[in-house]
Amino acid sequence: MRSGFNMRIISALLVGIVFGAGLTISQMINPAKIIGFLDIAGQWDPSLVVVMGSALAVSFIGYRVVLAREKPVFEPGFQLPTKTAIDRPLLVGSALFGAGWGLSGLCPGPAIAGAALGQIEIYVFLLALFAGMALKDGLARKA
Amino acid sequence: MEITGFTPLPAAIGGAMIGLSAVLLMALNGRIAGISGIVAGIMAPIRGEGRAELSWRLAFVAGLIFAPLLVSVARGELVAVSAPHPAWMMALGGLLVGYGTRLGSGCTSGHGVCGIARLSKRSFVATAMFMATAIVTVFVLHHAFGF
Repeated sequence: MRSGFNMRIISALLVGIVFGAGLTISQMINPAKIIGFLDIAGQWDPSLVVVMGSALAVSFIGYRVVLAREKPVFEPGFQLPTKTAIDRPLLVGSALFGAGWGLSGLCPGPAIAGAALGQIEIYVFLLALFAGMALKDGLARKA
Repeated sequence: MEITGFTPLPAAIGGAMIGLSAVLLMALNGRIAGISGIVAGIMAPIRGEGRAELSWRLAFVAGLIFAPLLVSVARGELVAVSAPHPAWMMALGGLLVGYGTRLGSGCTSGHGVCGIARLSKRSFVATAMFMATAIVTVFVLHHAFGF
């Protein structure tokens, strides 16, 4: 269905804008704000707690409504993660991610959203982010 | 501990928009709004998925990059961001975030928002883990090494 094909791209674009605007308005796009939250022993900025709480309140209720439906509007079905095991890759990967988050004050969403803001530190982070992803996915493909 | 720079209202509004976009991406496109997975899927399209998966991911990322510019135009000034840590930490941090989010199947958005909203045990564990190591990392950097 041609029109459906186009709509799924337009909706992804608009949803990306809402996501990025949310990151910007909440200042989660700003590494200094993230570091201020992670530094619980220093001068602590609890804003991230409110951001996550607010995002979870909306998504928890919204997911319940949406996932009760038969299928999404522009696609034939919902694609949900199927893994359930708490395994070593989950633990090690998340631990490494957290260390990187603490070092930089950036996670993938804010880093990508910040790509047009002309900050050299964000470009340094993004190049390294892509390299780290390629390293993992490249290794996985060979194995 | 001293509370500083707390901005609860923009945090609540922005957070609600992040949650709303996660709900909308599921309702319309049937996909999890996990940024690390979306970006990795652009860099190395997963076998057999083809062009249809690539196109929505590119569109989402384009929107994500465009949004801060829209906010900048609305405010009449470029959104200000600052990175308090030196460049080598940004580079090492990027490597660890890239490798770690792929190994751990998600980041703040995929695990921290979408996964917890689905009450996924894996996402609760992942979020507790990355929060803990991030807090420890900043503690060591600031209070042991004096950065």
